[in-house]
Amino acid sequence: MVRFENVGMRYGMGPEVLHDVTFEINPGEFRYLVGPSGCGKTSLLRLMFLAQRPSRGLISMFGSDVMVAKRGELVGLRRKIGVVFQDYRLLDHLSALDNVALPLRVAGAKESEIQAHVYELLAWVGLADHIHALPDSLSGGQKQRVAIARAVITRPRLLLADEPTGNLDEALGQRLIRLFEELNRIGTTVIIATHNKSLVVRNPHPTLALVSGEIRTEKSSEKTAKNTNGKVG
Amino acid sequence: MARRAPAVLALGRDAPSRFLPWVFALMVYLAVLALTGVLILHSAVDRWQRGEVGTLTLQLMPQENESAGARIVLAEDILGGIEGVLAVRVVPQSESLALIERWLGVGNVPDDLPLPRLIDIDIAPGSGINAESLERRLAESLPGISVDDAKEWLDRLADFGRSLELLAIAVVILIGLAAVATVVFTTRMGLSIHRNVIELLHLIGARDRYVAAQFQRQAMMLGLRGGVIGIAFAVATLYGLRHVAGRLDTPLAPDVLVAHWAWALLAAVPIITALIAMITARVTALRELGKMM
Repeated sequence: MVRFENVGMRYGMGPEVLHDVTFEINPGEFRYLVGPSGCGKTSLLRLMFLAQRPSRGLISMFGSDVMVAKRGELVGLRRKIGVVFQDYRLLDHLSALDNVALPLRVAGAKESEIQAHVYELLAWVGLADHIHALPDSLSGGQKQRVAIARAVITRPRLLLADEPTGNLDEALGQRLIRLFEELNRIGTTVIIATHNKSLVVRNPHPTLALVSGEIRTEKSSEKTAKNTNGKVG
Repeated sequence: MARRAPAVLALGRDAPSRFLPWVFALMVYLAVLALTGVLILHSAVDRWQRGEVGTLTLQLMPQENESAGARIVLAEDILGGIEGVLAVRVVPQSESLALIERWLGVGNVPDDLPLPRLIDIDIAPGSGINAESLERRLAESLPGISVDDAKEWLDRLADFGRSLELLAIAVVILIGLAAVATVVFTTRMGLSIHRNVIELLHLIGARDRYVAAQFQRQAMMLGLRGGVIGIAFAVATLYGLRHVAGRLDTPLAPDVLVAHWAWALLAAVPIITALIAMITARVTALRELGKMM
């Protein structure tokens, strides 16, 4: 599903932030992307959710070579990916309902179909009472859940989340991981970038460890927890 | 019933959305006035040329020892015998007097002012008769006459009118180009202001034409709003001008705006402006979005 081969990436003329990154993720996997702040997790995610092209190497998403894909082809690939951004990236002038409905609207879904679907999903993430609330009136955790609902509304084949528990208390973070695991069980491949060590230890799944822009190891989080005595990265 | 989806990009809150309707209003105002100028000039030039072609005017200056009536009868006789002369009309003295009164004022023309008598002569096209040749033929029997060809100076006037018409058309085109440049600039500004949201839309699977549609809809609405304001001011100005022109009482004063089609053409200006704005915004947005990832 996701294949990186010797991928390097730099922003403009700056230094390379990812070097020779090679890994493969198969359909149905649940992975953590771990590493200290500034190690390149967000850059790696940006390559995966097709916000950026690499400077070198090969990236294959759903069997398509991203390096040679035309802009029109990228649209089709992006619609298979759901993204939960670290800063949520909700549109301030739109209600929770309209933020969540956005991926369906850009895909041209009928308004009558959108409504019922969005109501159901917002109820699922516990925001049934905040459907018409603007993001500014929501707490960090509520915004996070709106962002998650938006990421999964189209039932994506791949779900990418950048520090999804960063602004949540531990109980809510746990609930969120259960939600991701539920999605994973129904077939969605999930990749979560995090530096929340306890989260990884409590909910063990295989990890991709990124250090200074390089993939150092691919290991299960059980081993990670054991080797680092609870310190991930 | 499903409610209408809100605009994804908050373009209405941007600075360009606040000033653009007024820019469009000014452009439509100027375009309508310039276009009115084109219509007036076109109609006037057409009328000057159509109405006066083939008409010569004979002036019989008063002569001592000879009555004006006898000179007129003689002139009519001679003109009637010339091949190519279609019609001869003696201009009544009252009409000549009215022409003078326009300058001197009614009742201010002295009774003893020696007024020439005028005879309008219609000439068949292609007859080869012109003012000079006719004057030569008549001068032998009627000393103190002159023949004027109105076509000559009307042609010069028409040439001048046509030049002004072209100038007014150029002004309309320039206003259109300025509108296009304004929309290109504001669309680029909008794309820059909303770059983050546009990136998000792309990442959740929006096609360029979906994003461009937001800009084209906004540009069309602003164009229409500005256009309505502009044409309202332009119509008020034109009514004012018509009122002033109506008081001039000159045979050269144009009255093109009476025609319904002229009003319909002017009313189309805001719609055309909105369409230009919409198409320009779409093309600009698609071109700029194509440069993004």
